Amino acid sequence: MKQFLSFIVVAALGVLIVLSLQGNALFVEYGDIRVADRISQQFIDRDVNGANSGVEFGESVDLESGPANIVTSIVADYRSFDTLGEITVLFISSLGVALLLATSKAKRMELDFHPNFMLKVGSRALFGIILMTGVFIIVHGHLTPGGGFPGGTMIASSILLLYLADDEFRTKVKSFKVLESIAGSLYVIIGLVGLFVFDYFLINFLDNGILGELVSSGIIPIVYVLIGLKVGSEISGIIDHFLTEEAM
Amino acid sequence: MLQYVAIILIMLGLYGLLTQRNVIKIIISLNVLEIGLNIFIISVGYVTDGVAPIFTSTYPTNAVAFVDPLPQALVLTAIVIGVGTTALGLALAKNIYNQYGTFDLDEIKGEE
Amino acid sequence: MMLVSVLELILGIFIVVLAFLAINVKSLIKTVMFLSAMSMLSVLAFVMMHAPDVAVTEAVIGSGLVTSLFVFTLLSVRKVERKQ
Repeated sequence: MKQFLSFIVVAALGVLIVLSLQGNALFVEYGDIRVADRISQQFIDRDVNGANSGVEFGESVDLESGPANIVTSIVADYRSFDTLGEITVLFISSLGVALLLATSKAKRMELDFHPNFMLKVGSRALFGIILMTGVFIIVHGHLTPGGGFPGGTMIASSILLLYLADDEFRTKVKSFKVLESIAGSLYVIIGLVGLFVFDYFLINFLDNGILGELVSSGIIPIVYVLIGLKVGSEISGIIDHFLTEEAM
Repeated sequence: MLQYVAIILIMLGLYGLLTQRNVIKIIISLNVLEIGLNIFIISVGYVTDGVAPIFTSTYPTNAVAFVDPLPQALVLTAIVIGVGTTALGLALAKNIYNQYGTFDLDEIKGEE
Repeated sequence: MMLVSVLELILGIFIVVLAFLAINVKSLIKTVMFLSAMSMLSVLAFVMMHAPDVAVTEAVIGSGLVTSLFVFTLLSVRKVERKQ
């Protein structure tokens, strides 16, 4: 009875949403939108301040925002303050996990299976490759898809692989906490330097360079590396808390 | 097309939240809802025959028809926040199991 | 053009069926696996909508990390059950 009732409610809600979206002037058909009418066109043209004429890959020098990846230029440059808030949310959730799963005498959880030789050797080989991929994705975040968030989680998943390969393995949680705090504090300090020296919080105070080169776009690669380190250490901490239990 | 799939996913997640009484199932429903929302937000920015919003040597200028990059930037951070909330929910579920010996909310109510 | 919309239709049907299974299957571990598969297919949906950044993130997180967190929770519970 309850299931039938909730099915009716949910189906009615879905039909209502679809009907309200159909024929709505604000909601255009799938694939028919015009980006030129939206505010995103300013992010693509790099003329939020209204100073730019055109963007050319490999030639444009000192644009308003440096990265070749437009998503990165929004995440880490135009909306950097927003990103600072998001990693604060992640920090608070990892704090909550640490609080809920805290034990007085922590010990590595014993799993039912023991890794055999193939799993051990294969994971050791894969660990380096995944770690290097994560570092590559973080460092090239302003040129190719990816950046601090996926790269950081990739580093965390390489550490997860070590957990699976060795049933005695535990990371040094304390050093991860230190790394996380240092990365988060450096992010805020970079923002404060911008505020006190160059008038705006988190302003890009280095040269933007040529669009599309590895060493370009000012502080954005530095900020993205910091975000990657913070996300990676936080998620590794969460994984460690899930694989810890109280010693008998 | 894909935006209607997203709406169906959101409704399925809502249905799961309303009917399921198992804590793990509730968290799974939340995840389904979240993926549906992400697909919906991305589909709002899709342009037919558009290209991915990255300047490359193949698409070098801002005259190319790019896909809307703003929804992608919003979803990118939302996914990572989703992991945080899922981990927090699972930690709560683990504590519930240690306390009551079950994941089922109805059985917990009966025990008191 | 036509091929893309047909692919989108097939992908959409698969995603919806997997989501339905993930919510309605009794066994908890099967539920987690269906969620992981659905997340993997949503990566394909993101690629079809030209969102490579989101696709990379979802591929690492949705089908790797979240699944492992669920599995670790279920493993610890199974261990408690065996002890009793």
